Amino acid sequence: MIALDGATKRYNGQAVLDDVSLELGDVGVTALIGPNGAGKSTLFGLVGRLIRPDAGSVHVDGLDVAVAPSRELARTLAVLRQDNHIAARLTVHDLVEFGRFPHSGGRLTIEDREHIDRAIAYLDLDDFRGRFLDELSGGQRQRAFIAMVLAQDTKYLLLDEPLNNLDLRHAVDIMRLLRRAADELGKRVVVVMHDINFASVHADRIVALRDGRVIAHGTPAEVMRPDVLAAVYDVDIDVREVDGALLGYYYR
Amino acid sequence: MRTELEPRSTDASGTPVAARRRLSWADPRVRLGVLAAVVGVLVALYFFTDVPGSLAFALKVRGLTVAAMIVVAVAVGVSTVLFHTITQNRILTPSIMGFDALYLLIATALVFVFGATAFLRAEPIVLWAGQLVVMVGFSVLLFTWLFGGKRRSIHLMLLVGIVLGTFFRSATSWMQAMLDPLEFQVLTDVAFASLARPDETLLVLSAVLVAGACAAVVPLLGTLDVLTLGEPAAVGLGVRHRLVVMVLFLLVSVMVAASTALIGPILFFGLIVANLAYSYAGSFRHAWTLPTAALIGVVCLLAGQLVLEQLLGFGGSLAMVIEFAGGLFFLYLVLRKGAR
Repeated sequence: MIALDGATKRYNGQAVLDDVSLELGDVGVTALIGPNGAGKSTLFGLVGRLIRPDAGSVHVDGLDVAVAPSRELARTLAVLRQDNHIAARLTVHDLVEFGRFPHSGGRLTIEDREHIDRAIAYLDLDDFRGRFLDELSGGQRQRAFIAMVLAQDTKYLLLDEPLNNLDLRHAVDIMRLLRRAADELGKRVVVVMHDINFASVHADRIVALRDGRVIAHGTPAEVMRPDVLAAVYDVDIDVREVDGALLGYYYR
Repeated sequence: MRTELEPRSTDASGTPVAARRRLSWADPRVRLGVLAAVVGVLVALYFFTDVPGSLAFALKVRGLTVAAMIVVAVAVGVSTVLFHTITQNRILTPSIMGFDALYLLIATALVFVFGATAFLRAEPIVLWAGQLVVMVGFSVLLFTWLFGGKRRSIHLMLLVGIVLGTFFRSATSWMQAMLDPLEFQVLTDVAFASLARPDETLLVLSAVLVAGACAAVVPLLGTLDVLTLGEPAAVGLGVRHRLVVMVLFLLVSVMVAASTALIGPILFFGLIVANLAYSYAGSFRHAWTLPTAALIGVVCLLAGQLVLEQLLGFGGSLAMVIEFAGGLFFLYLVLRKGAR
């Protein structure tokens, strides 16, 4: 369980995250939605221990993020940010190998290698193993990074807008994959995203943030309602049911 | 150690076909070996060409110079690669933090205040130790202030380093403008890097410092590789980023200070060496790039010294040769980046 308790973060006196108490990761896939500036990335940063809260605390499976050993946390929670600029030229294999660092500290055991092979196979990257990252398309690159966090073999997986800059086919691929990781591998996936329809179709739970507060938290059926979405985005969103899925229509 | 090096060369499924065919050259071990052989040849060349009179004497004098070159090359090569990894930027050198400017400022201030005679009469070891302590102290202050505290920004630290460096430089030229021409002459000797006849004691002390810093880097090799992913990813993988970066900065400043205090400032040298090492090493792993950078440094210094002695007949200083080549290489790097 990822538990935030009264988590608050201010920049220049203004709260970007305002006394948020929330439990994440009790179900397979949790989507974190909300308009720009709602505090999604700040929440992500707090849990991924990139940002320190001004007040409150964050616990991951009982480990206090602020004080727990970094290695141990990295074996419990894997974090993937949206832009991953790397100065060096790495191959897919090199990158996935890094996922084992919290376990091996750099010296790979046979078990580590098995995890790496499995993660690469799981993301269908066998043919790209020796390719350099800058030779890959956006979708393949994103898959390589997800393979790295899978190799990390953690219970929790935290991803910040993994669908960014992906075309719709690759976006669907990534969401299916996260769904599969949750169902087959028992991962608890928390994913920050912008597309409410992807969230509605693939997530078990949706958490909606606005102005640094949680304003809706529930199953897609509970959150995908015109009144709730209007409160989140300030836009009139028509919700329609298509093949059992609730989709928001807001394109004009 | 062995285990983490294996996969690249042996894992046939992971190696692209093109690389498999010329497996020997793609292997970082082979590349490093070839480089070491080149160093060996250059050292032999340097030792045995144009021996004037007694071979034993020439070997002793030249041996000292070569030893100084090795210490400086290791210090500069290793520290620059570390600095690049910390800052995630490959066209910086640690001198951006104002090390060389501080070195010159101290020397100038000493001459300015006490006069050239006192400066020349001072124990070299006292000067060396003083320079070292001030330079390391300065960088420790800078990074505990701007990185250790709440602000915690590498970029802010670099920026302040640049500003202070500029300040040191202006203060230096202000004092130099008021110096007696003779005293100024003394100062110019100090201001340019020179490998000719280094002081033996200082050489040994510097070597010990640099070796110690390198030994401290060894257990961090895996962590350094993870740092190439950038701070957020490294933190996510369990690296204690702030602590590691503080330790690395300390090691970098010790190495840079030791080399600068020994032979004087060489600006572009680290930049050439590190960037050549990245393209030559055949692996991004620090276990390979660090020794490669050090060896390439030795090659550059030896080749530069040979050119200087044999072609130019000592008609310049080694720093001049290196800065000239380094400046050209820097332009090439910048233009290549721009062309992309």
